[in-house]
Parts: sequence; structure tokens; C-alpha cells
Amino acid sequence: MTTGYRTIAWNGLWDNNIVLSQNLALCPTLAVTSTATNGLGMGLATTVVLVSTGLCIAPLRRVIVPEVRIPVFVLIIATIVTLVDMGMNAWLHDLHKVLGLFIPLIVTNCAILGRAEAFASRNAPLPAMTDGLMMGLGFTLALVTLGAVREIMGSGTLFANASLLLGNMFDFLQLTVIPGYRGFLLVILPPGGFLALGFLLAGKRILEKKLRERSRVARPVAVSESGAIA
Amino acid sequence: MNTVTEPAYRNRLGYQAGLLGGFALLSAALLIVGNLSTHDVIEKRLDEDLQTSLERVIPASLYTNNLLDTALLVTDAQSRQVQVYRGLKAHQVTAVAYRIIANGYAGEIELILGLDSDGRILGVRVLSHAETPGLGDKIDDRKSDWILGFNGKSLENTTTAQWNVKKDGGEFDQFTGATITPRGVVKAIHQGLDFFRQHRDTLLTLPQAADNPAARGP
Repeated sequence: MTTGYRTIAWNGLWDNNIVLSQNLALCPTLAVTSTATNGLGMGLATTVVLVSTGLCIAPLRRVIVPEVRIPVFVLIIATIVTLVDMGMNAWLHDLHKVLGLFIPLIVTNCAILGRAEAFASRNAPLPAMTDGLMMGLGFTLALVTLGAVREIMGSGTLFANASLLLGNMFDFLQLTVIPGYRGFLLVILPPGGFLALGFLLAGKRILEKKLRERSRVARPVAVSESGAIA
Repeated sequence: MNTVTEPAYRNRLGYQAGLLGGFALLSAALLIVGNLSTHDVIEKRLDEDLQTSLERVIPASLYTNNLLDTALLVTDAQSRQVQVYRGLKAHQVTAVAYRIIANGYAGEIELILGLDSDGRILGVRVLSHAETPGLGDKIDDRKSDWILGFNGKSLENTTTAQWNVKKDGGEFDQFTGATITPRGVVKAIHQGLDFFRQHRDTLLTLPQAADNPAARGP
């Protein structure tokens, strides 16, 4: 089974995006995205775990028998997440204080087991890592977008405390979008997360539809049949 | 995944059990290595966190010692162990600080309470909470000045009836839309002061070798 890297990338970032298309991993998505910075942190941590599980599981795909594959995958994922948790607590302590609560939750992120099962266990290490990276980046993208929307509407800021996550170099990211904003609580609370996610999903559908229509119009008639893949 | 070239041993139960067992063993080994290599660093980071939170409730002018080195373990009325940190100056205990737990709207609120040797509040700060953002989280000093209103209060200058939120006839403000949170915090601080009164002698007495760092609690 060979899949081109370009397809893998496009799949992870857009076509098969964990949150926006597969609708997986909604628990961490909704829980952390009250600010864009939290979304970014959670996304990056998940990306690290996705790449590492891809790297670990792909070479073992001929050793692991289907009968016990799920418990073995869960073991591998849980081990990696725990190591990431301990490592972050020791060496990225400030970030751990922000995200610490959510790191152990990565274990229960079904998207990771899903990628291990659907991709890493059927492909060579390099494509598996690429898939992990792209899926992770797609996840990050969705989380940051959702976090940014909720943060701007809920607190009037963008990337607040980003320097805590990325170091002081990234001070410039911290913006006060609406000065003197009094905040809109609903958006910060879980219902706001659901609402924002709903609009985001709808937005993606509309965008895809528009893109499809445009490509149909732009292409000459002869190619249009193959071009219009629904 | 089932290809024709698959060797027969893969279908045996022993192989499958061994595989799972092997992975469990490997994971355990990796976790042990991970734990050993991060344990000390994490411990150090947690000490730094504690130091930072202690510095927020005990002014630096009140002590000359290392606060973490003079900790004392005291059992409170609910037979819980309370780690008390003490600030020393000229061989006198000038300030104490300890953690108190309040029951908030969404679970426990962890606070640190700093008192001077007369039992007056030097400062209270929230260490962790899960209160509703925008309502209950005004107990956090980064969100509102409310928590600073406790500074200088003691059991002497504020009566038991006054140790309540205004809604209950006391003297501390509640928040619009959130009464349970401040009520819990006020109660916990009141109990914290009570704890100091009951254990005053223990807390203010120093062991023989006052500046011996080995006096650190177990």
C-alpha cells in the first residue's frame, strides 16, 4: 500500500482532518480551546505523540498480530504519552502548568489509536511518521482556529500568554484585538465550544463546495468528468 | 494484513500472549527509565513553584531563611497533615504560611494563606481552582483584587459573624452571579485562622538549633 506524500499531507491537513472531517477527538478539542494558545499547545503535544506512535508502530507492523494489536497499540500510546508528560513536567514546566491537565487525556484521544490502526500498522515508518505529522498539524490547525475564534469573541484577545508557551521571542503574537472588551462568557464555556465548532464545520463544507464549483467552471468540458469527484 | 507468507507461529496462542507480555514489560522498563531521569528535575520544579507561591504571601522583608527548609508538619482538627512553612528573622518566627482547601462551586480550591506571628493575614492567593471563568474565577488575583481584601484581617479584628460574605451578614463581597465560590473561600480562610490559633505555640516555637537546615519536616 503506497500513498504519495502529497496525498498524505493533504489528507491530514484538510480532506481527512481529524476534527473537521473525521469529527474525532472532540473532547480535547472542546476542552482546551478557550484560547488560541491552549489550542496550539495541545495541538503540538498531540502532534509529537502522533509522530512518535507512527514511528514506533510502523516498524512493528509485521511483529504485531491482529489478535492482540489493539492492547499493544494502547500500551505503546500510553507509554509515549506518559513519557511526554514526565518530560514536559521536567523541562517545559511552565507549559506543563498550562497543559498538564490535558496531556494524560491524549491517551484517550481516539484519533491516535485510529491513526495507529488505519495507517501506521499498514505502512512503512516514514509514511507513517508523515501521516502522524500531517494529521497532527491538521489537528493543531483546527484547534488554533477554534481557539482564536473563541478567544477573540470571548475575551477580546488573541494568543494571550503565548510567550509562556513559546518563549519571549513570541511576545508579538499576543494581541488585544478588542481593547476594553468586557468578555462574552458563553463563548468561553463549553456550549460556546460546541457552537463555534458547529460553525467551523459548516464553514469547511461551504468552502469545499465553493472550491468544487469553481474547479468545475474553470476546467474545460473534456476534463470535467474526472475533475468533479464528489 | 494476513498475507500468504505469514509464518505459522504467529497464530499460536503463546506467541500472542508473549507479544503482549513483552510489550507490557518493555513499556514498564521505559517508564522506569523515564521516571528515574525526570524525577529529580520535577521535584526541583515543584519546589520552585512552592517557593514562588510562598513569596507571594510572605513579604521578603519578614524573613531571612529559606522558607522550604523550615517546614513543619502539623495535624489539624480534621486529622489532616498540614505542611507549615515558616519565615524566620533573628531566630524568631515572623510569618507562617500553609495551604488551605476551600470547597468551591466546581470542586476544591487550593489556596495558600500567609500570617504574621500575631495571626494577621499577610496575604492569601489561589494556587489552583476550577471555578467558572468570568464568574467564580474572580478569586484569582490576576482577575480581580477581591482576594487582597483579606490582608490585615485576623480573628481579633473581625468577629466570627463578620467572617461571611455580605449576603450572609458578613463583611466580604460576593460576586455577581457567584456566591458559592467566595462563601467557600471565606469559610476556608476562617478555618485557616482557627488552625493558627489552635496550634500557635507549636508553630511559633523553634527547635533547639534554629538555623540548622536539618530541621526541615519529614
